[in-house]
Amino acid sequence: MRLIKSIGDWLDARLQLGATIRETAEHSVPRETASWFYVFGSAAFVVFMLQIVTGIMLALIYVPSAGEAWNSLQTLNHSVTLGWFIRGLHGWGSDFMVAIVLIHMVQVFLFGAYKYPRELTWIVGVFLLLMTLGMAFTGQVLRFDQDAYWGLGIGASIASRVPLMGPPIVNLMLGGPIIAGATLSRFFALHVFVIPGLLIAFVAVHLLMVVKLGINEWPMPGRVVRKATYIKEYHELTKRDGIPFVPAAVWKDLVFSAFILLSVAACAVYFGPFGPSGPPNPTIIQTAPRPDFFFLWLYAILSLLPPSMETPALLIGPVVVILGLLLLPFLFGEGEKSWRRRPVAVLTILLVAVALGTFTRLAGNAPWSPVMDAWSGIPIPAEFLHNRSALERQGALVFQVKQCHNCHSLDNQGGKRGPALDAVAVRLTQDQLIRQVIQGGGNMPAYGKNLSPAETTALVAFLETLHPAGQSPARDASRAVALQPDSATPSSGHP
Amino acid sequence: MTLPAGFSRRDLFMKIGIFLNGIVAVILGVPIVRYLLSPVAHERKGSYDSWVPLGSLEQFPPGQTRLATYRDPVVSPTDGETADIACWVRNVDGQTFQVFAINCAHLGCPVRWFPQSNLFLCPCHGGAYYQDGSRASGPPERGLFEYHYKIDGRKLLIKAGEMPTPGQASSIVREISPCA
Repeated sequence: MRLIKSIGDWLDARLQLGATIRETAEHSVPRETASWFYVFGSAAFVVFMLQIVTGIMLALIYVPSAGEAWNSLQTLNHSVTLGWFIRGLHGWGSDFMVAIVLIHMVQVFLFGAYKYPRELTWIVGVFLLLMTLGMAFTGQVLRFDQDAYWGLGIGASIASRVPLMGPPIVNLMLGGPIIAGATLSRFFALHVFVIPGLLIAFVAVHLLMVVKLGINEWPMPGRVVRKATYIKEYHELTKRDGIPFVPAAVWKDLVFSAFILLSVAACAVYFGPFGPSGPPNPTIIQTAPRPDFFFLWLYAILSLLPPSMETPALLIGPVVVILGLLLLPFLFGEGEKSWRRRPVAVLTILLVAVALGTFTRLAGNAPWSPVMDAWSGIPIPAEFLHNRSALERQGALVFQVKQCHNCHSLDNQGGKRGPALDAVAVRLTQDQLIRQVIQGGGNMPAYGKNLSPAETTALVAFLETLHPAGQSPARDASRAVALQPDSATPSSGHP
Repeated sequence: MTLPAGFSRRDLFMKIGIFLNGIVAVILGVPIVRYLLSPVAHERKGSYDSWVPLGSLEQFPPGQTRLATYRDPVVSPTDGETADIACWVRNVDGQTFQVFAINCAHLGCPVRWFPQSNLFLCPCHGGAYYQDGSRASGPPERGLFEYHYKIDGRKLLIKAGEMPTPGQASSIVREISPCA
């Protein structure tokens, strides 16, 4: 023990850091901040450390070459001792980091911690969020599989829509005219050198400001932030009712961080690493690329926006959101901190959370994607074929062979791109069915050129059987009259 | 020696030092920026588009649409499998052809051809195209991208090398009018 102390004293006599560290650790923080609500920042930091350590370990095996990356991931998964576990930790650590950074941001927003004098801490935090998302996306690219390849294509297609600068931006992003070896190399440089370097620097500034400006006090309704008086009030508060950060507040951070690290490890063991999916071979086109969890909401929005809105929304939307986040502390730098007195703030969070949650959930089953093998892999349920005429069954065959099932479901099976057809005969009359099949419309291609009259007749005959028992199909009431030769209509429009 | 107040030999030397470093920054900065911008540099632009063979005409029977693959004209040793690119070849009537990029005009996912319904379908967001590549339905704002082709002897060649993207006004890709 005495030896350790004497070594410590020897080091401190030269480093001269002991007093500074002690002072920082024991600095006085408001009593209520020793709370379970104040643990997310430190947890994000700890997961970031985990990402650095596991990332370096993966780099021992991973080969950042378009020709070898996928193979080296297979080696990690199957040949290197516990390689799968390190990959699992890094992949799940990424998801946890994005989630914790988002929760941290929501907490900071609802507690008004971005207000004076912590505006710059918030702004640096916004950049930290963007970098965290950048790490998640570039990391997905380094898992150089089918999803990564086509995901890059999607990224390039979005980037190309920037006015004037689009094509050069695509070439810069891909490192050439097409997704190839240079593309992976530059994403490797971004993921391993550029963004982590910036992250470390920004985290350091972020933490420095937390220590220098003091942790945000627990917001009380009626305790209003004013630039003229805030700093004096804060110092009085920490003097009157402060506790040393270490050990009074830090134990909750330690417990929560340990819990998060254990959760990451549990996910890595139970669910295993992410992929890789199929090899990055562009000639294998039997693929339906899906983004990783934290970009699923974007996937949903891209599918649901009307085509004409897409480019403006893609290019203007992110700029507006980021500018809004950056301007927030300047627009609302003073006033109430408590969420009890800020209903708009609470509603904003609820709205964003519900929207992102809904889009993510929708993207989970992606109703807008055709089921590409439904026509050959999912048969029409038998009850739709019982007691049907030969013509109607022929129509059912046309329904399968012409890939109608890829976009339309029967009995909840098949594509959800178009409306379910279980009761289509109740909605559309025979003439309307024929018109829709031949001319298309809405989101449906026109089949006029691709169906013979006989096929159309059979298909429509089958579609007319699709109505619930006891509910008669839609019919055009004027049709019977119009078809009667001795119709008593006074008009002379037709004989 | 009489110098204005606040101006000394020391200040002068420091200014010379900053000036020298400024020159060094330019000398080093120009090559660094040119290196970084090399993917968009103009002198390389021409080599992106080259005529690449898709195979003999017999592989593409009249009236049918078949998948073909070609080797990227600008290959580097680290490209691996990514150097092989797929495309759809439609033999319209034995003499005229259409060669479509595999990438959907919406966000670049690989479209698949269904000969039974004569449609290209995209697995991502459900874009659909008719057999001539024109837009049928879904989120794409235009038809499929089309390569220029030529027939050399009994071989079909296309001008390829650059990934087609919606925002691009590239010469290798002819735009198809969106009306069916």
